[in-house]
Parts: sequence; structure tokens; C-alpha cells
Amino acid sequence: MNESSRLLEARDLVRHYRVSKGFMRGTTVVRALDGVSFTLEHGRTLAVVGESGCGKSTLARQVTMIETPTAGELLLDGQDVAHAGRALRTRLRPQVQMVFQNPYASLNPRRTVGALLEEPLEIHRRGTRGERRDGALAMMDKVGLRREHYGRYPHMFSGGQRQRIAVARALMLDPRLVVADEPTSALDVSIQAQVLNLLLDLQQEFGIAYLFIAHNLQVVRHIADTVLVMYLGKGVEQGPKEAIFARPLHPYTQALFASTPRLGRSRRTAGATAPSEPPSPLDAISGCAFRTRCPRAIDRCVVDVPAPRKIGSLTVACHRADE
Amino acid sequence: MSASAAAGDSVHREAAMPMGRASGAEGDGRLLLDIADLHVEFGTLQRPVRAVDGIDLSIAPAEVVGLVGESGSGKSVTALALLDLVEAPGRVRAKRMVFGRRDLLTAPVDERRAIAGRDIAMIFQDPLASLDPCYTVGYQLDEALRLHGNERERASASVRRDRALELLRHVEIADPGARLRAYPHQLSGGMAQRVMIAMAIAGRPQLLIADEPTTALDVTVQAQVLALLMRLRDELRMAVLLITHDLAVVAETADRVVVMYAGQVMEMGPVPQLFDAPRHPYTRALLDALPEHNVGRARLRTIRGVVPGAFDRPAGCLLAPRCEFATELCVAERPALTGDGSRSVRCHFPL
Repeated sequence: MNESSRLLEARDLVRHYRVSKGFMRGTTVVRALDGVSFTLEHGRTLAVVGESGCGKSTLARQVTMIETPTAGELLLDGQDVAHAGRALRTRLRPQVQMVFQNPYASLNPRRTVGALLEEPLEIHRRGTRGERRDGALAMMDKVGLRREHYGRYPHMFSGGQRQRIAVARALMLDPRLVVADEPTSALDVSIQAQVLNLLLDLQQEFGIAYLFIAHNLQVVRHIADTVLVMYLGKGVEQGPKEAIFARPLHPYTQALFASTPRLGRSRRTAGATAPSEPPSPLDAISGCAFRTRCPRAIDRCVVDVPAPRKIGSLTVACHRADE
Repeated sequence: MSASAAAGDSVHREAAMPMGRASGAEGDGRLLLDIADLHVEFGTLQRPVRAVDGIDLSIAPAEVVGLVGESGSGKSVTALALLDLVEAPGRVRAKRMVFGRRDLLTAPVDERRAIAGRDIAMIFQDPLASLDPCYTVGYQLDEALRLHGNERERASASVRRDRALELLRHVEIADPGARLRAYPHQLSGGMAQRVMIAMAIAGRPQLLIADEPTTALDVTVQAQVLALLMRLRDELRMAVLLITHDLAVVAETADRVVVMYAGQVMEMGPVPQLFDAPRHPYTRALLDALPEHNVGRARLRTIRGVVPGAFDRPAGCLLAPRCEFATELCVAERPALTGDGSRSVRCHFPL
């Protein structure tokens, strides 16, 4: 992969939050992102998977430039966003847009579809009023909304139609990267299929790259080119979708796969899954963060933090991945 | 709710005792739940909104039945009707509604109140919204036992405390003593759902209604909670009505599936036969829309159109406007649910 094909590159990205431990008990640091590295090429899809609290949404907040990383580099088209000044960030922001999980919450109920779609253009002072209107109508056409929907309000639409509005709004500024945070998990199966098809069609037409945050591995398998598996702020395994689904190497990835319900498998044959729940991000764990739940943990996992290393086409952070 | 449930308690004792869970009647092929032609309507009498439109549902003792369908298909309203929780102006009517040996249609209000929560328990999608944030886990478990426990539990606080600890151990909560003193906000989502399950089984129910019990949880925790539900079903001989939109969850856990669409049962049958060879075009289309059934395809197969709204219900088959096989007959005439006891389908031209 050469430099110019990279749209987004994270190098050892870190984001810590200072939180209160309770009244009069001082503060502590939550390592929400603790050294994550990945690259995303133009027009491709990187899926980020992991349990709640693994740092997926924190990552989205850094990439969309809503927050500034504590350390590390985040390169958008070769420009470091992490250390960029206000002016540069303002200039870069339109290139990264976001689609949220719940289209019932992410659209202002008091604004018409037309107003919702034109708002990004108004904020970034693009075009005349007439041009903005034309842009909104053209985009509605692209995402499968009819022209008469222009003056309607979000409550008049079903969940799937609302998600189409949300996608249209994200695309109004002609972004090169769309961060989609669980865009289909609030939708029914048949509607999920429609929205996933729409996202793939738009990717082909506009060459947009997606940072796709999801917990449904079957959806990830369909839409992703590369997959990043996160656990407590760290990337534990990443690589091409085919390789990771064919033979996941990290015990955590294996546990996620085993936990995913599947058709054609009865509970009698359902495999072992990760025991217990993820530990609180407030608790510091020595060595490998997953060792408290790992069926294959050894003494070394308690003391040594496993460094990511390349095995085949995958990058894995596990001492025992090549056994 | 708690005051009226307590008032109904004495009535309930006589009514419930002969139906104790160890009763031998369970083994003789009797159904635990038998509902025929259930209707739930909202809105005015002139223009009713048919949320549930004539469904039949039966559950055998210790059976796990999956109730699947898209949002608005009437899954949850069916469960609420079962618990007598549909409030006016909602109207519930049915030809038959029998739970165990009790006729729910003729049972007095007190008795139905007592059945709900004790013999038929329910857990919901968002456990943290179902627990009261102001009270400890211990208090809320104690309350469940005060209302739905057996005579000894209702009489003695220390018996209740012991049972509360036992219940928490039963749902695999580590350090139950400390958890009794915890408030809901101190629990993770998975732990909160376990507490909800502990409260639900406190009354030794014969039927547990689980309405999207794992939708808000991570896959790892979902797998644990489903495994727990299956273990409890085996140990307590408790039937489970699992309401979900996740077909894979049903495929893995249920004995039998009921597929609902727009308030009607479209297809019903045992697992895995129903998933291996669906007979209704809707079931087939739902399965075809899953990403795992589209491996290697660029585009997912979809179902065109949307679920009919309250006032644009087709006169014929409810699926006709969205069905790729629909004919003039389908548009004109609504098919009946036909089949034998184990497998039935509502379609003029089953697959």
C-alpha cells in the first residue's frame, strides 16, 4: 500500500479522560484509547468491533475531530489532525461526517428534511439558497427519497427512511470519510439490508471511505474490507476481512465469533464464549488486558503487555497467537 | 401496581396452590398456555388500530417458543395482553385464553393480577430502565418475594433474605451478599439483566416472557444470558416465550418459532425445520435479507416496501403488496392459517 492511497492513518493514538472517583476521592485516568494504530484507504471500509467500553466511540470522536487526542498521530490525507490548529481543523471537518445509531434521536424533529439537509451547507457557507435547495433535492434522489419528502418532518418517516435522511445529511458536504456508528443496529432485518445496500451503492458512486463501528459480526462480514478488533482501548487484532473471518488468531476475537448467534446452530453445539464481562476501564490490569477473561492466559500474560505483531496478513497482540 | 397485587394475594393463594409447579399434570401433554383468536385493538371503535389480529399461540410446559417479527408486528402487545397489561382504550378479546387450568377470560381481576408476575413473569429489553434506581437490588428482590414468594417467604424477612441470596447465586452473580446492597446504577447491563431474571423467577413462574432480553447487550454477554435462560428452563421446568427480532437468537435457543407480521401469525413451526425450509414467502424473505445468507453477493436481498400502517392494511394477504409471488387472489382474499398442529402457514401458495 503506498502513501497516497491512505486516507486515514492512526499511529499510536491515545485519548485519556480524567474522571472523578466519587465525592472527595480525587480523580483517576480512564485510558479510553490506549495506543491504537490503523490505516484506511480511499473508498474502502474499516470495521471497528468490540464490546461496549472498548473505545469504539472514543475513536469516532477523535476521527471526526470533535475531540483532540491526548497523544499519537492521526493523519487525514497526510495532514496531522491531532496537532492541527483551529483553522486547519475547521477546514478538514467537512471531509469527515458522521451517521449515528438511532435515527429517531439524531434528526431534529422540528426541522423539515430540506432544512436538515441544507444545514451543513449553511454552516460551511456553501452556495446560494437556490443552490443549497438544488443540492438537497439531488441528494434526496441519490438516497432514494422522493422530492415531495422535502417539506416533511422526521416523525413522518419510518426508521429506515430516517436513516436514509441521516445518510443524505452526512453526504451533503461531499465528505471523503463517513464515520458510521452502529448505523443499522436499531433497524429491522429487512430495513437493515436496504440501508447496507444504500451505503455500499453510495461508496461505489462517490468513492467514500467508511469507518464502520458495529457489533453485529455478520454485518461486518458483509460490508468491511478490513477489520479492527478493540478491547479496553487497544487494538488486539486487525487485518483483511477474509483472513480474520477465516481464522481469527486472538482469543478475544475467537470469543466474539463464538458468541455470535448463528442460524443452523443449536444451543447444544454452541461453543464456549468469553466468561464474565469486560472489566471496568477504571481498573488497571497488568500485562495483557484480556488475561482476566482469557482461557489461554499464562504467567507471561500477567507481566508482559503483548506487542502487536504480524502473523500472516493479520496483526495480533497476543503472546500465544502463533501456537 | 404493588398495592393492588398485594390485595389480590389472598385470593391468589387458594387459586394458585393446586397448580403448583411440581404438579404431575404437566407431563400428560396438556398445554401450559393456549390462546385462540386473540385480538388487541386500540383507537376508536369506528376506526380501530389492529395491533394483534387474531393470533393463536400455544406453549407446552418447559417449551421455548420464539416469537419473531419486525417492529410493529404485535409481538410485545401479545405479551402485554397475556399479562392483562393492555390499558384502556386498548381492547383485548379472544376465543380462548387458558393458562394451566385457569381460564384467563373469566378469571376475576384479582386472580389475573396475581397470575401476572408470579406464574407468568416477564423481563424486558432494557434492564436498567426496568429496575428502580432509588432502591437497592436487595430491596427490589425482597419486594418481589413479598408479593410473589411462597407462604414462608411472605411471612419472614430472614427467609426472604436467604432466598434472595440463593436467587442471585442461581443467576450466576458473583458475591451475592455485596450485590444485594448495590444500587442499579452500580451494575453492568449484563448484571442488571441477571438481577431482572432473579426477580422474575422469584415467584417460581411456569412461564417467563422475555421481550428482547439481550438486544441491548454485547454479544459475549448475550451468549451468557441466553445460556442462563436455557439452564433455568431445564432446572425449573419453566416455559419461555422469547420475543425478538433476531432470527439467529431464536434459531439457537427456541424449540418452536412463531413468525408474526402486522399482527398476524404468518408461519409457525419447529426449529430447525422452519429455518431450513420456510414455507411462507415472508419468512423466506426475512432469512434472505440476513448478511450471512448473502455471502459473496455485492448487494443484500431486501423486502421491498414497508410494513402496512394502521389505516392502510391490505384487504387480502397482509404481505401481498410486498410479496414477489403475489397474485390477484392474494390481493383479493386473505389466506387462513392452515396446517397441522406442529407446522402451519398463512399463504395461498406456500413454498
